[in-house]
Amino acid sequence: MNKPRTLFDKIWDRHVIARVDDEVLLYVDRCIIHEGSNHAFETLRRARVSVRRPKQIFAFADHYVPTDPARRAQGLDGIADKAVRGMVELLQRNTREHGIALFGLGHERQGILHVAGPELGLCLPGIVLTGSDSHTSTHGAFGCLAFGIGASEAAHVLAMQALWQRRPANLRITIDGPLGFGVTAKDVIMAVIARIGVGGAIGHVIEYAGETIRRLSMTERMTVCNMSIEAGGRAGMIAPDETTCTYLAGRQYAPDAAAQEPALAAWRELASDADAAFEKEVSLDARAIQPMVSWGTNPEQALPISGAVPDPAREPSAERRAEVAKVLAYMGLTPGTPLQEIRIDRVFIGSCTNGRIEDLRQAAAVAKRGRAVVPSWVVPGSASVKREAEAEGLDRVFEAAGFEWREPGCSLCAAMNGDELRPGERCASTSNRNFPGRQGPGGRTHLLSPPMAAAAALQGRLVDVRRLGSGS
Amino acid sequence: MEPFTTLRAIAAPLDEINVDTNQLCPSRFNKLPYGEAYARVLLHDRRFNADGSEKPDFILNQEPFRRARILIAGRNFGIGSSRESAVFALRAFGIRAVIAPSIGDILTNNCFRNGLLPIVLPPEQTERLMRQVLQQPGAVLTVDLPAASIIGPDGALYRFEIKALRKRRLEKGLDEIAVSLEYRQAFDAFEEAYKREVPWV
Ligand code: SF4
Repeated sequence: MNKPRTLFDKIWDRHVIARVDDEVLLYVDRCIIHEGSNHAFETLRRARVSVRRPKQIFAFADHYVPTDPARRAQGLDGIADKAVRGMVELLQRNTREHGIALFGLGHERQGILHVAGPELGLCLPGIVLTGSDSHTSTHGAFGCLAFGIGASEAAHVLAMQALWQRRPANLRITIDGPLGFGVTAKDVIMAVIARIGVGGAIGHVIEYAGETIRRLSMTERMTVCNMSIEAGGRAGMIAPDETTCTYLAGRQYAPDAAAQEPALAAWRELASDADAAFEKEVSLDARAIQPMVSWGTNPEQALPISGAVPDPAREPSAERRAEVAKVLAYMGLTPGTPLQEIRIDRVFIGSCTNGRIEDLRQAAAVAKRGRAVVPSWVVPGSASVKREAEAEGLDRVFEAAGFEWREPGCSLCAAMNGDELRPGERCASTSNRNFPGRQGPGGRTHLLSPPMAAAAALQGRLVDVRRLGSGS
Repeated sequence: MEPFTTLRAIAAPLDEINVDTNQLCPSRFNKLPYGEAYARVLLHDRRFNADGSEKPDFILNQEPFRRARILIAGRNFGIGSSRESAVFALRAFGIRAVIAPSIGDILTNNCFRNGLLPIVLPPEQTERLMRQVLQQPGAVLTVDLPAASIIGPDGALYRFEIKALRKRRLEKGLDEIAVSLEYRQAFDAFEEAYKREVPWV
């Protein structure tokens, strides 16, 4: 009998081209890139090599595009900052020169690579997908091995359609039980990170399993896998099932009708064998998960909304006391303050974590119960999400509630396109990172779910969406 | 790429945990092409005030640490975004080796691809080195890559782990793409069989 294998093992083994010592040359089925990948093309040029499989590379303009509707309407001319415009232009030139498909400014399929990519059917079960962005882990929701790479690794993939890698270990996170009212996939992954820590999955690929995960939609699974990297994971993945196949059916880069049968048969074989060994196992009870909000400057520093800002004096070690005190100073928070009393200056709903149609529907359902009292942005994750939301009238719901409806892109998640917080500004954000300066120098970020963000907009403070009275 | 053999240099203590890549290189500098300009970018918002003047308190703005080529940091060094510019910044500043109890996966890969040696030592050992260089500013460490060891300012010997292939590439300064192109035939054979089996990708 063959040794039982995990989902990850099966994909890894099938993609090994060569082995040297403990590294393997791993075949890459598809690679997604964005404006930041321009460094990789530069390396390629210096090495005088061309792109080996341009048809397996897909480019998106997302990090540097303006999301302000008036400026967006002017195309490239709408980008005032010359360096920023240069990044978008350079991606156009590089992709044209090498024959790579570009979903760029003005394209009807443009969007954040981790939102628009899945819509195109780029991530298929069983493949290896790399992306020049750490949140490439998102695509693991489809049962592929998807991970982020740096610019020289991206150059290597462009040149070889393969990558030298060391085999990571397997970590299974099993979540069982029903999710409570008002608890979303974002709260699930934030609870996981709060539990295992930002270094909890370093060197591992996470497989999310259990009944709670099985019941999640593709959008929700993507939210979970998206933040695997915030726990240090090399990748996050979920075994493909009916939900996966239904989502992929008919998408541009998914198997066509003729290939459906054999593809589905192969995908069914991918799930981890019943007795496969995981180096590490963690399990969580979904019933215990509450709406979460981060209070600190990394994603593990998060608590249920019913909690209070921690007191450094209560920390177990001198190192921890100093760390928490420093974090609170940056965040401008006082120990013991109930999280629900924290006033916010702005709200951001969007990003590759929570910029999909279901996220916007959930946020809109809350938004329509009141009026935003602080500047609140809704930034769809892709042009398709935007069209779909507008067809459903979500844009009008948001605008009627005083939210700003913007154009698709990364926007305030990474503050690369000029959308940024002012120093000291406090933002309730559906994105994935709250590191110091992530949303602009000196900016303060509280991570939370789309309904929680919408609720915060209505009250001008962090609030438990479950306790938002009707009409308040 | 510049080969790496033995490095005798001043080590700077960055006595903090979770120094993520966005601190190493704030997002807005990702646009810069690779080059000397990155020297100023390293930990920019920690080193400089809004008006561009230096923050004299910050360790890397102080003598002799301005000349450090080795960085000692707390756990979870270089976690976060995959931006390679974080490594460009370390390199341009002059850093060739980083020592920490744990280092982010992507940053580790990026270090090796840019001639920078990331070294993971157990927390007690990192702390001891950190203390020593704090107490004796300008203390010199020796990083001996062929022997996979470090000699502390007090002559103590520390061994670290490094995989053979990575070590060879770093010692010889081999360009990874050039090495990989030798695997073309293996690649073609693999791909042909793979595409027959998985024609839908
Ligand atoms: S939305 Fe944020 S995390 Fe996602 S790809 Fe864009 S910048 Fe990265």
